[in-house]
Amino acid sequence: MRLLICLILASMVAIPTRAELVIEITRGIENPIKIAVVPFRIKSSGAFDVDVARLIESNLERSGQFARVRRDNMLSLPGPDDQIFYRDWRAIDSEYTVVGSIERDSQGLLVRYGLHDIFGERVLFAERIPGSQESLRDIGHYISDRIYEALTGVKGIFSTRLLYVSAERRSEKDQTFKLILSDADGGSPRTIFQSSEPILSPAWSPDGSRVAYMSFRGKRPGIYVQTFASGEVQKVSDFPGLNSAPSFSPDGRKLALTLSRDGNPEIYVANLRTGELARMTNHFAIDTEASWSPDGRSILFTSSRGGKPQLYLMHVADKVVKRVTFDGDYNSNGTFTPDGESIVFVHRTNDRFHIARMNLKTREIRILTETDLDESPSVAPNGTMVIYATSDEGRGLLGLVSMDGRVRVRLPSVSESVREPAWSPYFN
Amino acid sequence: MNILKQAKAVGIAATLAVLAGCAGQVNEQAAPAEPTKPATSEQKASASKLESAADKAAREARQAAFESAEQLRKNAMAADTLFFFGFDRSDLGQDALDDLDAHAKYLAANRAAKVRLEGHADERGTRAYNLALGERRANSVTRYLVIQGVNRSQIETVSYGEERPLSLSRDDNGWSRNRRVELIYQ
Repeated sequence: MRLLICLILASMVAIPTRAELVIEITRGIENPIKIAVVPFRIKSSGAFDVDVARLIESNLERSGQFARVRRDNMLSLPGPDDQIFYRDWRAIDSEYTVVGSIERDSQGLLVRYGLHDIFGERVLFAERIPGSQESLRDIGHYISDRIYEALTGVKGIFSTRLLYVSAERRSEKDQTFKLILSDADGGSPRTIFQSSEPILSPAWSPDGSRVAYMSFRGKRPGIYVQTFASGEVQKVSDFPGLNSAPSFSPDGRKLALTLSRDGNPEIYVANLRTGELARMTNHFAIDTEASWSPDGRSILFTSSRGGKPQLYLMHVADKVVKRVTFDGDYNSNGTFTPDGESIVFVHRTNDRFHIARMNLKTREIRILTETDLDESPSVAPNGTMVIYATSDEGRGLLGLVSMDGRVRVRLPSVSESVREPAWSPYFN
Repeated sequence: MNILKQAKAVGIAATLAVLAGCAGQVNEQAAPAEPTKPATSEQKASASKLESAADKAAREARQAAFESAEQLRKNAMAADTLFFFGFDRSDLGQDALDDLDAHAKYLAANRAAKVRLEGHADERGTRAYNLALGERRANSVTRYLVIQGVNRSQIETVSYGEERPLSLSRDDNGWSRNRRVELIYQ
């Protein structure tokens, strides 16, 4: 009987359908929080092209810390003004239930939602969010952030963004590279730069307003900084030889980068306002892939000065360099976690390349991924997840892994081969 | 070692394919030079009566120089243009040297000729590191050519890292083909 009611109710609620990224959770935590996100009731005529409830449950599930209660198990589909029968939700193992509605008003749209604690039998909070058709996805991400923070105590990352590079190959010398900006869930992708020559190493400015990357203008590579809002592009360098691997200093004023203008790949720091260049390394080996520590005092980089690529840490003030990694014969492309306590990098073991994390104090290394050719790790601003590039049958795709390696998610791309992901800072 | 041999064989095959294309080009470009080639014996005999010994020596020297320049050009065009490297290595193999010598001699004798050296890496390892590795490979070739008398200004280098693989095979054979420098006449 209940099932029947449920089916009837389901057929009465207009649920817009839309193709979405298939989230494949290859591994999750043992006891995820069970959450039911009831389809948001549409209180005016016409459908919306975003299923806000689906977006929220996908976001939460992708964190690995939540498990969704399936819609077809729900015994009723209440809106924000309806009474919640807590016993019914307990019966289907929901610990928390989200109810909401979308209505059109004179200003545009009004989204209302509430989060219910099923065992505590109370509303934890409820909000009214004005918006528009275009901001519906942003509102969904905002609600996801609010729920995530309320239930885990950690700031959410669903309103952050990703940059990555897609490549479409027709032959060795006929390729299209695109620099793409998307929501953190891969939604709303938009191309911000396109070239027939490679695009590499997109790096966010600390305020999230600009991106630095390597691209070719003509036949020569250079480092460029592009401002999102205006589309304006500033050339930082296009010296003969390498111009690669840019990284913004935490204050956003400087850019560490690799140049070989003196004959060999070395780390330099460019002052973005004056254009002044300071050479930081001086070694006949390869020095590249600079990345600033969160306090701006150190630069982590890859060097082959010991014969094989390893990670080194330079104290910026006196340029004193210390080797950081000793395990394995290939450790590269390191980046700090936001707390500055650990580094995440590419580590080769048994001839396979994985993402690993090392605590700088204990020197303990934990291998986080088990796919192959894993590279380009970029840490979420709340330090809970790492996005990285991997490949499947030669096609590049992006993966997410939690900082303890327990949650693994693949983000399959729609068509092209994707790589070089970079996770944005917070925008608020 | 087997792999290297295979890679070399594939490289030669690729070069032969390139050469098949080049052969026509060489002939075409050589065509305007035809009138200066040795004349018939009859003409030669009558001409030799008129020219002095010194003129004759000069003419023959020019002829020899032309033939040698043409030979250098032919040798260079026949030489391999793909040079392969070991994983995370940028040192040239012994088997590359004969071909590089042919390019070096031609470039040293023709200061107007220019080459572009494109350094590449296989997909293993990180992209920015591989960009540096591709450049080191191109620099190894540059250094060798300069030692053989080529002017540094005749050489332009660029690294594509792992972004432009020749082979999409994800095995030792494919990877060894991708760790390369391509020498391209401009």
